[in-house]
Amino acid sequence: MTELYSKKVMAHFKNPKNMGRIKNPSGVGVVGNPVCGDVAKYYIKVKSKLKKGKTVEYIDDVKVETLGCGAAIATSSMATELVKGKPVNDALKITNKAIAEALEGLPPVKMHCSILAEEGIKNAIEDYKKRKTKKAKAKTATKN
Amino acid sequence: MAKIYLDYAATAPIRPEINKLVKSLLSQKFGNPSSIHSFGREVRELIDNARENLAKFLNCTSQEIIFTSGGTEANNLAIKGVVSGFKDKIDLPHIITTKIEHHSVLHVCQSLEKSRKTEVTYLDVDKNGLIDSSEVKKAIKPNTILISIMYANNEVGTIEPIRQIGKMIEKLNRRREQIIYFHTDAIQAGHYLKCDTKYLHVDLLTISGHKLGSLKGAGALFVKKNTPLAPQIIGGAHEYNLRAGTENTLGIITLGEAVKFANNIKEVKKIQKLRNYLEKKILKDIPSVEPNGHLIKRLPNITNLNFKYVEGESILLNLDLKGIAVSTGSACTSGSLEPSHVIMAMHECPKRAHGSIRFSLGWKTTKKNIDYVIKTLPKIIKRLRKISPFGKKEY
Repeated sequence: MTELYSKKVMAHFKNPKNMGRIKNPSGVGVVGNPVCGDVAKYYIKVKSKLKKGKTVEYIDDVKVETLGCGAAIATSSMATELVKGKPVNDALKITNKAIAEALEGLPPVKMHCSILAEEGIKNAIEDYKKRKTKKAKAKTATKN
Repeated sequence: MAKIYLDYAATAPIRPEINKLVKSLLSQKFGNPSSIHSFGREVRELIDNARENLAKFLNCTSQEIIFTSGGTEANNLAIKGVVSGFKDKIDLPHIITTKIEHHSVLHVCQSLEKSRKTEVTYLDVDKNGLIDSSEVKKAIKPNTILISIMYANNEVGTIEPIRQIGKMIEKLNRRREQIIYFHTDAIQAGHYLKCDTKYLHVDLLTISGHKLGSLKGAGALFVKKNTPLAPQIIGGAHEYNLRAGTENTLGIITLGEAVKFANNIKEVKKIQKLRNYLEKKILKDIPSVEPNGHLIKRLPNITNLNFKYVEGESILLNLDLKGIAVSTGSACTSGSLEPSHVIMAMHECPKRAHGSIRFSLGWKTTKKNIDYVIKTLPKIIKRLRKISPFGKKEY
């Protein structure tokens, strides 16, 4: 029987990874497509560690809440898997193509789901960076 | 794994009586009904019988029935046929239809409109999917030649006041210079509602075989005597010169057989009882579910439910994994990424369309089937809502 989705998509759809919320997240990214109706909310927890004498920020935890079709659920699950534990700068390089490939492909009409997943991760990281600058500014302001 | 089919509005399983008939026809009756010899004549007789059965069902004459390749072709023929039948008699013909028609009516009207040959009014419906017959009357212009309104909607099952509109048009026609013809798409209604064309006061009516438990690839258009209709497929004298092409003999003969099972009160009541049971249980066991469509003026076999905070395709896929077949108005399954035009016309809310599931029952549905759905569905909805960013406070 011809399948609608690849085995990998169905595996992630049946058993999505990293679903839920993070309390006190470092950053949150919301993406949605009003036409197709998919909405996803990504939460990240960023921590720092020393690597070769340098401080490296990495994604310690990532979670997502998804309202959407099979592809939307699978891509958000895969996106979180791909960035979990990765340095923030590497996570920013995530592409929709990489997400789709990791899922053994998506039907053409569902490719936009992988774009949403990419944007969701990136939005969460940008939100984290914004919060960080704001905090730094607040710190210097109190110092002065 | 259980295999439960609740998508009768898409197509119905073949009835055993039809199955038996097909087998006997396949092995013996292969003749071309246009042939003069005995091989042709015996098939011609069977087609004539089918036409008579259908004529009885529609309360019309055999000459008023045109067999087509299905409901879509019949709807195309009705609309394009009447418009081109009026050619040269009117500069810019006007059609009135509704926003909730099947695409085989809507897209035909849109394409005629695009070619600037026709003016079209698309009527709104209320939040239950009902057409207001006074709105139909208001939309009528001096150049109106055709009104096409479905008998019952395929997504939500709402039944439109066809008889009331038909009588209104008939009354208006007595005083009008330009006669208005009235078409109804009875594809979904066929099995469940009275399709007496005189009772309904219609000039054209579409019926489809496979929704009645017969074969795919055969349908019919009732065309009242003296309705101007130009053929859309030409190249032969078949179907009273209105639809050329060698007849789909198997499809037509089985369609003629299948109408015998339509409007069977006992069966209809049984299906309605099961539908009500399914709907009641879901509404009781699952929070935040809203029915779409009119709750009384509705086909007895359809319930269309909106599950808040979840998306239709993910419900459908999960049910499919459990062997249950349903359908959704969600954009994600349409291929075009557009949410259901029917639910959008009723609610103007894409969210409502995205979370909607249509359960359509039929002749083979059992209480055991429904019990299995009732047992399976709440777990699926709960799981999907757990991963959804919305509706958390309600749990």
